[in-house]
Amino acid sequence: MLQKPFIIKRLLLVSFLLLALLILSIFMGLSTGSSGNSANAVFKSLFGTYEADSMLHTIIWRIRLPRVLLAALVGATLSLGGLVFQALLRNPLAEPYILGISGGSAIGAIIGILAGLSRFPGVSLTAFLGSIATLLLILVMSSGQTILKKDSLLLSGVMVNAFCSAIIMFLISMTQDSRLHNIIFWLMGDLSMSDLKQVEILSLTLIPCFIIIFRYSHTMNLLLLGNEMAQTMGINIKRVTTILLVTTSFMVSSTVSHCGLLGFVGLVMPHLLRLILGPDHRILVPACILGGGSYMVFCDLLSRILPQHGEMPAGVITAMIGAPLFIYLLKRSKR
Amino acid sequence: MKSAVDITNLGFAYRNNPVLNNLSFSVSQGEFFIIIGPNGSGKTTLIKLIAGILKTKIGGLKVFNQPLKEYTRKDLAKTIAIVPQMAVPDFPFTVTELVLMGRSPHLNVLGLEQEKDLEIAQNAMAFTEVEHLAHRKADQLSGGECQRVFIARAICQEPKIILLDEPTASLDLAHQVKIMDLMEKLKNELGMTIIMVSHDVNLAAMYSDRLLLLKNGEIAGLGKPDEILTLQILKETYGCRLLVDESPVGRFPRITLVPEKHQDEL
Repeated sequence: MLQKPFIIKRLLLVSFLLLALLILSIFMGLSTGSSGNSANAVFKSLFGTYEADSMLHTIIWRIRLPRVLLAALVGATLSLGGLVFQALLRNPLAEPYILGISGGSAIGAIIGILAGLSRFPGVSLTAFLGSIATLLLILVMSSGQTILKKDSLLLSGVMVNAFCSAIIMFLISMTQDSRLHNIIFWLMGDLSMSDLKQVEILSLTLIPCFIIIFRYSHTMNLLLLGNEMAQTMGINIKRVTTILLVTTSFMVSSTVSHCGLLGFVGLVMPHLLRLILGPDHRILVPACILGGGSYMVFCDLLSRILPQHGEMPAGVITAMIGAPLFIYLLKRSKR
Repeated sequence: MKSAVDITNLGFAYRNNPVLNNLSFSVSQGEFFIIIGPNGSGKTTLIKLIAGILKTKIGGLKVFNQPLKEYTRKDLAKTIAIVPQMAVPDFPFTVTELVLMGRSPHLNVLGLEQEKDLEIAQNAMAFTEVEHLAHRKADQLSGGECQRVFIARAICQEPKIILLDEPTASLDLAHQVKIMDLMEKLKNELGMTIIMVSHDVNLAAMYSDRLLLLKNGEIAGLGKPDEILTLQILKETYGCRLLVDESPVGRFPRITLVPEKHQDEL
């Protein structure tokens, strides 16, 4: 018999290993920081045998935990978003922002910041509205065709992004006071401003999206054979494309509105995991959620401890580690 | 003989370009039916209509006495499978994974295969003699191997009808015969209905039960190979110099092309 470790076994094995990695990275994230590193304290704190009013206890619960959990959710969503768009547009350069979601939400966020709204829920809400507006724009532009034409969808997205960039530049050039700093930080992506309430809301919106996308993971495999072939294997292309497009855009919009435009992780994680685990989306979907989450937590951890003063944007780290790692794996796989 | 596909007054146009015009014919269950005709005569369009890839707008198309429109995508996929024209996969799925994709209309909502699906895939791979390639990456196969893998994928779908669009184009002689023999075996052993588009009139003469000759989107001939592949009909349809005689083996019509320098000898 061939292929005895069959799909379900493989799925469980990969999920289990990556879940262990995610738990490990979350634990490391919790136990590291500027106010002292102590794995022991984290254990005690998490399992409730710590004095409630201790300083480190408060920091772990109120500052590090929301931040680490947000990083995990963001990493998971962006990696998964990249994976779906790469399959849907059949383009290896696709990433979660490719259809213009980033541009729309950035305009929303900047308007929110300029209006003096608070980071949460004010700016998050305007950013979310901005990205949903772009999503609707793209759906209108791509509808009216019997089958969504991949290239026209892609080109529309690029144009929407270009147009949004122009508006962003304009808004930035008109801003001079301290709000400029807030805008720049938002554009680079920022995980520091989070509380547990925010994480709770975000996970409640994201988890249904993860489930919907996993349900269509086998369909994404079939889409790789081309739309026509997928159709003759029982797939309703138009319905599947629309569901995946809307679900993914919604989930990326929700994430981006909480943490700004964290880049690169959505492009590189799907490729990285594909090189290691193969092209089967039924494996890649959970792998992107768990692996992407761990990667982001790890990068955020480095961004907090590497600089002597302050911190580096996590987006800098994701690209600095991800790009060389990816090139190395690519070279190795060619042999 | 029960009919597998019934076509009545079928037409099709891309925007304002008519491609097929008023076609009416039936394909019987368990028949090896080959569609031939010059380039641009509408062969591929016809196959795509039967496969449900293109929507039928003019005329009627019934599959097993039920209009194609009434089938759900899934039910249609359990009835008709298609082998594409030289689909070279550009992703590193293994051959087994690719063949298993044929099981998709039979899978549950999560699309996870069971032991039984793997068994069906292995039988299909044995049938088309690609078991030895099971662990090879699909993007590293030769043309002939690739075609056999895609046929195994179609068998795995457990359809009643298999559609093929020029499966032997760009294959060497040995592989051409191998693919055609394989289709005949499918017909004889599994009772499948085979509908194939082909450019090779000689192969069509050797294997088909009936031939459909298309020209400019209309039926130029329909019948047994020796009724259709006559000098007069072929000359009218293709407009080139040729010679028709009888093959010494099997007594099929044999078509020989005649180059310009020998046209005086005709």
